[in-house]
Amino acid sequence: MRDAIFPARRRWLFLAPALTVFAAFWLLPMAALVGVSAEQRGASYAAMVASPRYLRSLLATLGLSLGVTLATVVLSTVAGLFLERRRFAGRELLIAVLTLPLAFPGVVVGFMIIMLAGRQGLIGTLTQALLGERSVFAYSLTGLFLGYLYFSIPRVILTVMAAAEKLDPRLEEAARSLGAGSWAVVRDVLLPALRPALIASASMCFATSIGAFGTAFTLATDVDVLPMTIYNEFTLNANMTMAAALSVVLGLVTWGVLALSQWLGGEAAGAAA
Amino acid sequence: MRRALTAAQALVTVLMSLFLLVPTLMSMAAGVTDNYFRGWRSGFTLRWLAQVWDLYSDAIFLSLRIAVVTLLIVLVLGVPAAYALSRSGRRLARLVEGLLVLPVAVPGLASALGLLVVYGGVTAFRVSWWFIVVGHVIFTLPFMVRSVAAVCRSQDLKTLEEGAASLGAGFAQRFASVVLPNIRSGILAGALTVVTLSIGEFNLTWMLHTPLTKTLPVGLADAYASMRLEVGSAYTLVFFVMIVPLLVWMQTIGRHEKGAVR
Repeated sequence: MRDAIFPARRRWLFLAPALTVFAAFWLLPMAALVGVSAEQRGASYAAMVASPRYLRSLLATLGLSLGVTLATVVLSTVAGLFLERRRFAGRELLIAVLTLPLAFPGVVVGFMIIMLAGRQGLIGTLTQALLGERSVFAYSLTGLFLGYLYFSIPRVILTVMAAAEKLDPRLEEAARSLGAGSWAVVRDVLLPALRPALIASASMCFATSIGAFGTAFTLATDVDVLPMTIYNEFTLNANMTMAAALSVVLGLVTWGVLALSQWLGGEAAGAAA
Repeated sequence: MRRALTAAQALVTVLMSLFLLVPTLMSMAAGVTDNYFRGWRSGFTLRWLAQVWDLYSDAIFLSLRIAVVTLLIVLVLGVPAAYALSRSGRRLARLVEGLLVLPVAVPGLASALGLLVVYGGVTAFRVSWWFIVVGHVIFTLPFMVRSVAAVCRSQDLKTLEEGAASLGAGFAQRFASVVLPNIRSGILAGALTVVTLSIGEFNLTWMLHTPLTKTLPVGLADAYASMRLEVGSAYTLVFFVMIVPLLVWMQTIGRHEKGAVR
């Protein structure tokens, strides 16, 4: 591209500092990590496939993330469409509440689940009063699921609302005037129109869930999710090779999911991811 | 049928917001309650907040310092890069943006382990708070680049610059008096995102910190694990007080932007 005002050589000069820092502090470290993971002729990768512990951790992480993604996308689509298409008192407040946790780190989200379902939590107090038995599940798979749901909802709702805002209301009116019922409108008009945004937010939600560390760390759960396995290999077992190999797998899976969604959803997904 | 559907939608929405809101309110209340187990009747106190201040004020100030330094570095690296990308060919721009966003796509744990492999042996660097700054810069840079590049593309900077050039303005003068003022909304939005993310960053920081370089979220994890619920809550309250204004500010300018486009 010819640009006499901002010539190519100067453009490279402007890009160079950012690219240099990126290469020194991310590309190089990642390459080194891959190198460490392959030490002893890839023994760690062989151990990963052979040992049920690592496989179980990987499957648990994938299963949990898939479940969370499905639940988040369904719930957030329902709420996002409702908030975007109706005007009522308190709407702004609801939107604010639903997007506030965007800035919460994973550790704080974990603590929110402890407040709900921990030993001194709300649900425990309520079940004690009503049923005479304290229900505590913050530290179980259910607690982890709720935690992941907690930090996923705000991101997905924002994407759904942004996409719903761009919908053409005439399409829906046309469908209705042709006799389509509510359900048919949702199935044949709304969902297809929202598809790119849903794919983008689902993949983002899945990738974030797989890599989520802070929430699992705070809940100190007995469920062995992959980031916790990596952390334990690194600190407890001082097994850097294994930690590196697991990180490489984790990184490849998240990157692969995001790349796949961009490929499926084209421009729209890329913009939102 | 339609009414029932709407009611169900409203119910789901309200339940979801309660799920997010109730624990935050409970934790804020617990932070100023004398004994959470006995409940509100035990009385209001600032004791836990004072204890948090004693134990963790260093961590809070370190987080602020890291956030400011990270922001300065990200501004210097990211704003020129975004401006250059907005004027480059589409292929190159997509490639570079795709590269820079990798540290966000790949879990922070992996990025942190990589940093430890390469620079963990450089002790003076490893034990200083600059090690954390490096992680935060890598993680937040793409947000600044994307925010600024989007604003650059939404305006015809080239024509404006041509005008300034025809009046005899040199490159530096044009950059300072034409480009920067026109993209300041993107810079502001990016800066708020960078500061918010840096203050709350845990996944990388937990691996990069040392006992002497604890940040706010590292302290939070510590408090949740080893202190009583009231102290953890009081500390969370401090965090909310710091982060919520930033978030509200961010959302307000987001809304203004939208309004302006319409």
